[in-house]
Amino acid sequence: MPKVTYVSADGGATTVEADLGTSAMRAALLGGIRGITADCGGEAACATCHVFVDSAWMEKVGNPGLDEDEMLEVTACPRQANSRLSCQIDVTEELDGLVLHLPEEQ
Amino acid sequence: MAGTVIIGAGQAGAQLAISLREHGYNAPITLIGNEPWLPYHRPPLSKDYLRGYLPEAELFFRGAEVYFREHIDARLSTEVTHVDFPHQRVHLSDGTDLSYDTLVFATGTRANRLDGLSLPPINAYNVRTFHDAQSLRNALSEMRHVLVVGAGFIGLEFATVARARSIGVTVVGRSALIMRRSVSTPISKYFAAQHRTNGITLMLGSSATRFTQNTAGKITSATIDGEEVPVDAVVAGTGVVANTELAADAGLIVENGIIVDRYLQTAQANVFAIGDCSRFPDPRTEKLVRIESAPNASEQARYLAQQLTGKTTKPYAAVPWFWSNQAGQKLQIAGLADANDDQITLPHQEPNRFSVARIRDGKLVAVESVNQPAEHIAARKLLASETTIDITELTSPNFSLKQFARSTTATTN
Repeated sequence: MPKVTYVSADGGATTVEADLGTSAMRAALLGGIRGITADCGGEAACATCHVFVDSAWMEKVGNPGLDEDEMLEVTACPRQANSRLSCQIDVTEELDGLVLHLPEEQ
Repeated sequence: MAGTVIIGAGQAGAQLAISLREHGYNAPITLIGNEPWLPYHRPPLSKDYLRGYLPEAELFFRGAEVYFREHIDARLSTEVTHVDFPHQRVHLSDGTDLSYDTLVFATGTRANRLDGLSLPPINAYNVRTFHDAQSLRNALSEMRHVLVVGAGFIGLEFATVARARSIGVTVVGRSALIMRRSVSTPISKYFAAQHRTNGITLMLGSSATRFTQNTAGKITSATIDGEEVPVDAVVAGTGVVANTELAADAGLIVENGIIVDRYLQTAQANVFAIGDCSRFPDPRTEKLVRIESAPNASEQARYLAQQLTGKTTKPYAAVPWFWSNQAGQKLQIAGLADANDDQITLPHQEPNRFSVARIRDGKLVAVESVNQPAEHIAARKLLASETTIDITELTSPNFSLKQFARSTTATTN
C-alpha cells in the first residue's frame, strides 16, 4: 500500500498507509491525521481539506481541476502555487512516498 | 472525572469526540451508537456510494484504530434506555450505566417510511442509514422502473443515480416545484429541466394515493393522479423526524427537535444537543431552527468542543450551508432562506453556472449556486462577515460576488 506523509503546520510528520485509489483526504481521516476537516466528505464542496504539495512531488501530483481551482481561491489559509484539495488527489502507486504539508487553518 | 457521554454516533457525535481530543480534552469520552458500525459519512450514501464509486471502507469517519488511540470508547449496537439528570447517569440497553459530567444529545433524525401500505413492503426503501443504502445498492441491479416519493434532495439524488443506470424513474412530489423547501424558483426549475432532459418523469403537484401489493408484500403499482403506474421498487424521500423521545422522557423541552439556547445548551447546564436533532436560535434572526445537514453537524460539534475546553465563550454563529449533486450538476447553498424571501438571479455569463441571491428586509440571507463552487464559498464568507450589501448593486451587470466578497472580507479580517 502506498505511504503518504502529512506534515503539520508545527512541523510534526505522520505517515499513513493508504488503500490504492483512495484520496489523500480519506487516507488522512482514516489514519486520524489532525488538521484536515473535510466537512463535505470528499466532494470538492467545502475547501477544508487544503494541503500544500511538497515541492518534490508537485509534478507527479499535477494541477487542480476546474472546480478545485476555483475553490482554492477561497481557502482559510491563502493559496500557494502548490495548493491542492486533498480530496481530489487519488493515491496511486506512483505517489508512494508522497509528502503533503498541512496549513495552519482549514 | 466522569467525562463526556455522547448519545449518537453520527457525524455530530463522532466529530465532537474527535474535536474534544484535538482541543486537549483528557477526561473519558463515551460515544454511544445504536447502529452496528463505527461512525460513517452519510452524504455519499445517496451519491458516490450508491453509484458504486466509493468502497465501503472509505465511508468511515475515522479508522477503527483512531478511536483506540484517542481513547474514545465507542459503544456500538447500543441504545440509551434512560437518562437520569439528578444522578448524572445514563442507562444502556446492555444493562450497564455510565456517569457523566457533560451529556450531549446527538441523536439525529430517522427517515419517514412509506405510508398507505396494507402489508409490510419488501421493495420499499429509504436512503438514510448505511444499511438502507446497502439494501438499495443491492436492489438496483434488479430494478427496471422505480418510483421515488418526494422531490427533495435525497429523492432526486437517488433518482439521478438510478437514471444513470438506465432505470426508468418517476418522481412524485406534492409541490409544483421540486426542492420547494430548500431552493428558489429559478433553481428549482433549472433542476427540474435537467432531470427531465435526463429522462426522469416528474409528476409534480401530485401524490401517490394508492399502492397495489401482491401477497408477498411486493409493491407492483402506484396510483398517481388517477393513473396506475407499474413499479418494481419504491424509494421514500419523504423527510425525516428528529429523534427526541429520549430527551423528552428525560424532561427536556422538545418541539421538532431538542430545544437549546445560543450555546447549544438545554435547560440543564451540563446537557447539550447538536446536529440534526438540535433546534437552536438562528444567530441572524433569533428564530428557532433545526438544520438537517452534515456540515451543520460538524460545525456544531467543533463549536461545542471549543466551548467545553474553554476555547470560546461566544454563542454559536456559523453560517449554515448545504450541497447536493443531481443530474450531473452541483448545487450549493449558503445561508438559510424562507420560501417567502425575494429571489434575485445574479448576473452570469453561462446558462449552467449561476447563483440566486435570497433577500429578506433588504438584507442578503442566502445564496444558492449552480456549478459555481467559488461563488458559493464567497457567499459563505460574506454572510459570516455580516457585511451589508446594497441590493441594487446585486443586479448591476458588472456585479461579481467573488470580487465583492474579496474586497469586503479582506478589510474585516
